[in-house]
Amino acid sequence: MSTTPSPAKIAVSVSGLEKSFGPTRALAGADLVVEAGEIVALMGANGAGKSTLVKILSGSISADAGTILLNGKTVSFASPGEAQAAGIATVHQATDQAGAAGLTVAENLTLNELCGTGSFFVSPRSTRKRAAEIAALIDLDLPLDRDFIDLRPAERQLIAIARAVASKASVLILDEPTSSLSSTEAERLFSVLRRLKASGIAILYISHRTGDLAAIADRAVVLRGGKVVASFAKPIDFSAAIAAMIGRTLDANAHEGSLSTAPILASVRDARLIPGARPFDLNLRSGEVVAITGTLGSGKSRLLRALFGLETLTEGSFTLDGKPWLSNGPARSIENGVFMVAEDRWASSLLPPEIPGASIAGTIALPHLPRWFPLGILRETRERLVAADAIGRLGIKARSPDDTLDQLSGGNQQKVVLARWQAAPCRLLLLDEPFQGVDVGARADLIAAIRNSQSGSATLIATSDTEEALEVADRILVMRDHSLYEADGSHESLAAVIGSVESAETRADGTGQTP
Amino acid sequence: MTDQATASSKPASTFAETARKYALFVLLAAMLVGFWSAQPAFINSANLFSILQAVSVVAILGVGVSITMSAGGFDLSVGSVAASSVMAASYAMVVLQMNAVETFGLVLLMGAFIGLVNGLLIVRVGVPDLLATLSTMFLLAGLQLIPTGGRSITAGMMLPNGTTAAGAYDPAFLILGRGRLFDTVPYPVIVMAVVALLAWFLMERTRWGRVFYAIGGNETAAHLAGAPTKAYRLWAYVLSGTLASLGGLIVASRVGRGDVSAGNSLLLDAVAASLIGFAVLDKRRPHVLGTVLGAIFVGVLLNGLTMLNAPYYTQDFVKGVVLVGALALTFGLGKKKR
Repeated sequence: MSTTPSPAKIAVSVSGLEKSFGPTRALAGADLVVEAGEIVALMGANGAGKSTLVKILSGSISADAGTILLNGKTVSFASPGEAQAAGIATVHQATDQAGAAGLTVAENLTLNELCGTGSFFVSPRSTRKRAAEIAALIDLDLPLDRDFIDLRPAERQLIAIARAVASKASVLILDEPTSSLSSTEAERLFSVLRRLKASGIAILYISHRTGDLAAIADRAVVLRGGKVVASFAKPIDFSAAIAAMIGRTLDANAHEGSLSTAPILASVRDARLIPGARPFDLNLRSGEVVAITGTLGSGKSRLLRALFGLETLTEGSFTLDGKPWLSNGPARSIENGVFMVAEDRWASSLLPPEIPGASIAGTIALPHLPRWFPLGILRETRERLVAADAIGRLGIKARSPDDTLDQLSGGNQQKVVLARWQAAPCRLLLLDEPFQGVDVGARADLIAAIRNSQSGSATLIATSDTEEALEVADRILVMRDHSLYEADGSHESLAAVIGSVESAETRADGTGQTP
Repeated sequence: MTDQATASSKPASTFAETARKYALFVLLAAMLVGFWSAQPAFINSANLFSILQAVSVVAILGVGVSITMSAGGFDLSVGSVAASSVMAASYAMVVLQMNAVETFGLVLLMGAFIGLVNGLLIVRVGVPDLLATLSTMFLLAGLQLIPTGGRSITAGMMLPNGTTAAGAYDPAFLILGRGRLFDTVPYPVIVMAVVALLAWFLMERTRWGRVFYAIGGNETAAHLAGAPTKAYRLWAYVLSGTLASLGGLIVASRVGRGDVSAGNSLLLDAVAASLIGFAVLDKRRPHVLGTVLGAIFVGVLLNGLTMLNAPYYTQDFVKGVVLVGALALTFGLGKKKR
């Protein structure tokens, strides 16, 4: 299905691109071609190498091996500025980086010229004149005096794109541009992109949302393990693309779908996560491991956070052990045996190494201090004992319980975080993206530990990686638009459910209906 | 294929690490020997205790600052709290004719209350730590002048309403600042030692200290682990305010009058002591032992230089040099970046 473009039309091509970070190979010989006037979708799971590829193309980092051809010439960039000068413009995911707060729209539109190539003297009038020219390039209709900080994410994104176009870029890279946009805003972005495409700019579009890609992409390229594994021409078969994205090398289903008949431990009734979402029910049985999968921003984390008492449901209720359950915060939840491991362990669970209690022992003990030491006086032997037990049980590679977490690899850090919550009697364990930045070997250990945890408890896992979900869970549900959907346990059907429901979403968006 | 990164065991402790860990102790010992050889009178016990007495107030305030810093905050109001405490203690005895015990209770309560106000501003209202304590600093610096119309408080002073103050400093009150245990150890030094010991125990050996540090290290992580982070931050400021007023009581009992200029340099000295403490034992965080040692370090250096006839106006310069050196030692100088 892949096409062989004529050399004259190739805007940018990379071949054999390699990049390693320590022992991790982020890119292992990636090849990619984007023609002028083409929109190529770059797909891939977390850690597939998408962002590394973008960073190399935009000059933030340099490749270990491989070549980049830009308009037929070999290039390598030492800085983002060089890439920009050569004609590669990148619009990053975080829209607050798209411009400078405190400056007006006009000043932001002319920012590149203010910062570099423009004349030394600027007058408000010349700035406005130039800004109006730049805005006209993409038919941007914004009040030029408005402060950047008052703009909505979509408007910020458009300013960044206008700047990219004004810098006479031949290649435009968009990293998750719609992640913070509403569907109408996204539609507006798409029409701008179509016009740019018509004017002959090559566009590399990175997104998790298959719906967006179906709307604008000419071609989809799938990255996995640092290599391009598949390429799909229009019309793009998203079920196949997602299957390629998450890989077929699957030894699961390890956990045969014999439905548990154990008593219901926790349940969710008629829950609406956000206003307007479809209400759903969920039962968690004792001893069960349930995974919720779905794309970024589909509401997986929100459900976990609501159960843990960090957010409130719009409607609906929870029960725990048959009694109504409504927590007002982490302290209350932990007291009642509802534990949560939030995503991004350094932001949510771990302490910097110079802090007392940043050791393995201290990390495990932190939530249990009031119960272990009711008189307040620490006995480090007790903490070390629990930690030593966890180190043995989970196979944590560490020299002693006193090691700080920054000395451990990602997988071992995650094992410590899991051990923290296995150190006390648990009713309901909530794990948000527990395999983030965890290598395959440590992941197997973590899965074994999760599956062998206390039989009287239930585990609810949120993960955007279907493969992980299949490996760890007894039962898998798909979350989309803040509502849960059933899926039968096979890999193909799961990919189909995620892919198809998103295509349906796109059709709905296309007719102007906002869910 | 897992975890090669950690398997390689790191050498027990390199020379550079050891050197950095004990650098301040070594420098302190070198200073003591140096000043002793240059000026033999330096090392007699009366002088050493006078150094400790001189630094006691700074050390006590510094302990408060480091507690707030450990919880991720910063108390800029300690100097003003101490200064207001001097005025409040004098006013209580000279104008309100309270006795020593009542004065103590009143002033400590005032310090705790100011700390509570700081904490509520920060935790409830949401003002950033530095700004909240900066504004209470200004507020107190002005407030302490109002009851006496901007004048210092002495026995028999004229009050703004034209009457004469009837009270006087309670002699029992002055023992704190002027007395010595067994005629050798000044009471302020003992108070400093007790405060340091209790605070060290709280911060290093109890779960409450652990949570203070956890909040400073990663407030989200502490919150998700079930710690009532707001209550802890509130308590940090209450402790800091109380300790600052204790420092003010010591100053008041030493000078024996309500001096409007008392405590002028206390804030910067206390903050400097806390920051120098980062380098002690290479902890790279605020800690009680380091703060006390930082205060003593500066005290010894200033005392020795004064004995060697260095002019008084070089003092701030010397403090600055020590601070820059200690921070460079803490954060840079041949350290591998993590």
